[in-house]
Amino acid sequence: MTAPETEQPTILALQGVTKRFGGLTAVGNASFEIKKGEIFALIGPNGAGKTTLFNTITGLYKPTAGQIIFQGRDVTGLKPYRIAHLGIARTFQQIRLFAYMSALDNVRIGEHSRMHAKLWDAVFKTGRARREEAKVTERAMELLEFVGIRQQAHNYARNLPYGHQRRLEIARALASDPRLLLLDEPAAGANPQEKRELMELVQKVRSQDITVLLIEHDMKVVMGISERIVVLDYGEKIAEGKPQEVRTNPRVIEAYLGKSA
Amino acid sequence: MSRQVSSSDSAMRWATGFFRDRNRTIYTILLVGALLFPSIADITTGGEGNHLVSTAADAGVFVLLAIGLNIVVGFAGLLDLGYAAFFAIGAYTYGLLASGLLSGSPLHQEFHFPFWIMLFVAMGVAAAFGAILGAPTLRLRGDYLAIVTLGFGEIVPRIFRFLGAGSPIGNWTGGVNGIAAIDPPTLPFFLTGPWVGAPIQVVKPFDFSDPIAYPMDFYLLILILVVLSIFAVNNLQNSRLGRAWMAVREDEVAAAASGVNTVAIKLLAFSIGASFSGFAGCYYGAKLSTVGSENFEFIVSVTILIMVVLGGMGNIPGVIVGALTISFVNFYVLTNLPDYASSIASTIGLDFLNKSSGDWIGLHDEVQRLNYLIFGLILVVVMLLRPQGLFPSRIREQELEKGTAEEAVFDLREGSPE
Ligand SMILES: Nc1ncnc2c1ncn2[C@@H]1O[C@H](COP(=O)(O)OP(=O)(O)OP(=O)(O)O)[C@@H](O)[C@H]1O
Ligand SMILES: [Mg+2]
Repeated sequence: MTAPETEQPTILALQGVTKRFGGLTAVGNASFEIKKGEIFALIGPNGAGKTTLFNTITGLYKPTAGQIIFQGRDVTGLKPYRIAHLGIARTFQQIRLFAYMSALDNVRIGEHSRMHAKLWDAVFKTGRARREEAKVTERAMELLEFVGIRQQAHNYARNLPYGHQRRLEIARALASDPRLLLLDEPAAGANPQEKRELMELVQKVRSQDITVLLIEHDMKVVMGISERIVVLDYGEKIAEGKPQEVRTNPRVIEAYLGKSA
Repeated sequence: MSRQVSSSDSAMRWATGFFRDRNRTIYTILLVGALLFPSIADITTGGEGNHLVSTAADAGVFVLLAIGLNIVVGFAGLLDLGYAAFFAIGAYTYGLLASGLLSGSPLHQEFHFPFWIMLFVAMGVAAAFGAILGAPTLRLRGDYLAIVTLGFGEIVPRIFRFLGAGSPIGNWTGGVNGIAAIDPPTLPFFLTGPWVGAPIQVVKPFDFSDPIAYPMDFYLLILILVVLSIFAVNNLQNSRLGRAWMAVREDEVAAAASGVNTVAIKLLAFSIGASFSGFAGCYYGAKLSTVGSENFEFIVSVTILIMVVLGGMGNIPGVIVGALTISFVNFYVLTNLPDYASSIASTIGLDFLNKSSGDWIGLHDEVQRLNYLIFGLILVVVMLLRPQGLFPSRIREQELEKGTAEEAVFDLREGSPE
C-alpha cells in the first residue's frame, strides 16, 4: 500500500492526554495526530497504556488532563454513545460481543445510532420501521460478508469460533459507519495465516475511506501495514514516525529489549 | 374433511411450518384454552363457573404484569423489586378519578372519567413515575436499582395508607379503607342499546355493571388487553429498541461503544415496564371496584418476579405460562388446599387431625397458616426440576442442560423479523 503523498487533514488529534488511576499514570501527556485515511499503529510493551488510551478516546474513561479533537471538534469527556455517533468505532482487546444474540443482531446493534425507529414505530411495526429494519438487515448481512462470516449470521455470537468473533467485532464496529476505527489487538491469538488475512481485512477497511488506529504487538505485522507508528512506554510517547524510523529508534529498542531481557 | 387432497396437503405443510415455531404453538394453545375456559368452567362446575371465570380474569391481570416486568427484567436485565408500586399507582389513578372519593378531599370535587381513557392515563402516570424513579437511579450501577425499587415498593402503599382521613393534608386516598365504589367501564351505546339484554335479550348484557354475576365481561376485556399487549411486546422485542435492551443486558460497555445511549434505553425499558403495571392496575381497580393499599405489598412484587423467572426470563410465552402457573397455585391450589386437606384427612380416617388440641389448631387452619411455606416449597421443587424456567429461550435451556456449547449449532432464524 502506498502512503498518501499529499498531506491529508488531521482526523484525530490528542493534546497532552493524561489518564491516572490513583497514583498510577496509565497514559501521560500523550500528544499525536492521525491523518485522514492512514493506518496508524499504536505499539508499546504490556501495560504501556495503549488500551487505556483507546478507552479514553472512546469516552469510557474521562481523561485526567488533555484534549481529544476529532474532525476538528472537541470530544473530550463526551459519553461513549455520543462519540460513536460522531464516527469513532472500536473493537476490544478482550472480545466483548453480545453473547446471547445472533451475529446478525450484533451487527444490527452497531447500526442502532443510524436508525430512527421510535417507540411508536417499534410497538406498531409501522411501515417506516419495517423498511428501516429491512435496510439495516441487508446492510448487516453485507458487513458480515465483508468480514467473511456471512454464514454465521444466525448463530449466537458466543458459539462462533474465536477468529470469527474477532471479525464479528469488526463488523459491528463498521456498522456504525465510522470515520475512524480503533482496533485493539485484532490479531491477538491468531496464527500467521490468520494474521495475514486479518491485515488484508484492515487494508480493505481503509480502502473504504475509514481511518484505522491499530494496536498490535507483532512487529512484523505492524511494520508491514502501518504508515505511521506511535510508541508508548509507561504511558509516555517515546517515539513517533514511519516504520523504518521507529524501528531504528534507540529508545524503542531499549523499551522493548529492556522489557524482554 | 371436505377439502381436496392437494389443498389439505398444503394446509398440512402450512400447519407443520406454523407449529414448528414453538412459541406459536404455545400461543395457539393458550388462546384456544382461554376462549374455551369459560365454557369448561361452567360445565365442570354444573353452571357455577362464574367464580372460576372471575379468578381467571385476575390471573389475566398477573399475565399482564408479568409481560410488563419481563421487559424490565428479562429484556433489559434490570432488577425491579418494587413493581407492585406501579400497579398501585395505576389502580389508585383510576380509583381516584372514577369514584366519589375526591369529593371528601380538600378539592370537594369528584371525578368520573371514562375507564377507556383512564387506561391510558394510568399507563402514562405509572410511566412518569417510572421515569422519575429511574432517571437518577439508572445512571448508577445495576444493584442500586434493586435497592431503590425495593424502597419505592415499600413507600408507595404506605403513602396511600397514610393520606387517608385525618392526614395533615386531608383525605386524598381513603387511607386504610382504600377506595370503594369505583366506576365500572361503560361501553358505547351501540354495544349497550336496548337490543342487548332485557327486554329483547338478543345477547347477554355486556356492560361490566356486575362483575360477580357477569364476570365474562371482565374476562373478555382482560383477554383482549393481554392479546394486544403480546402483539405490542413482541413487536418491541424484535425492534431496534428490543435489540438495544438485550445488548445492554449482555454487555453495557460494548452497547455504549456501539452507539447505544444506555441510560436512555434502560430508562425506556423501566418506564414501559411501569406503564404495563399501571395499565394492569387500572383494570384491576375497575374489576374489583375497590382498591386498598394492602393489594400492593412487597409479596405482590415478588410474586410477579417469580412468574417471570419461573416461566423463563426473556421469553414472552414462557413468562405467560409462568404467570398462569403461579396464579393457579396462588388462587386455586393454595386457597383450596386447607379444605382438601381436612376432607382427605376425614376420609382416610384421620379425622382427629381436623380437631384442634393444644398448639395444634386443626388441619384446615394449620394448612392455611403454612400457605407461604407450601408456596415456597412448590417453587423450590419447580426450580429444581426446571432450573431454566418452564419455557426458557432455547439457548439457556441448552446451556443449563449440557454445559457450555462449543460449536455453532443454534439457529436463531425464527427470532429475527421477516
Ligand atoms: N481501570 C483501571 N484501573 C486501574 N488501573 C488500570 C485500569 N486500566 C488499566 N490500568 C493500568 O494502567 C496501565 C496500562 O494498562 P493498559 O491496559 O492500558 O495497557 P496496554 O498497553 O493495553 O497493555 P497490553 O499490551 O497488555 O494490553 C496498567 O498498569 C494497568 O494495570
Ligand atoms: Mg491492551
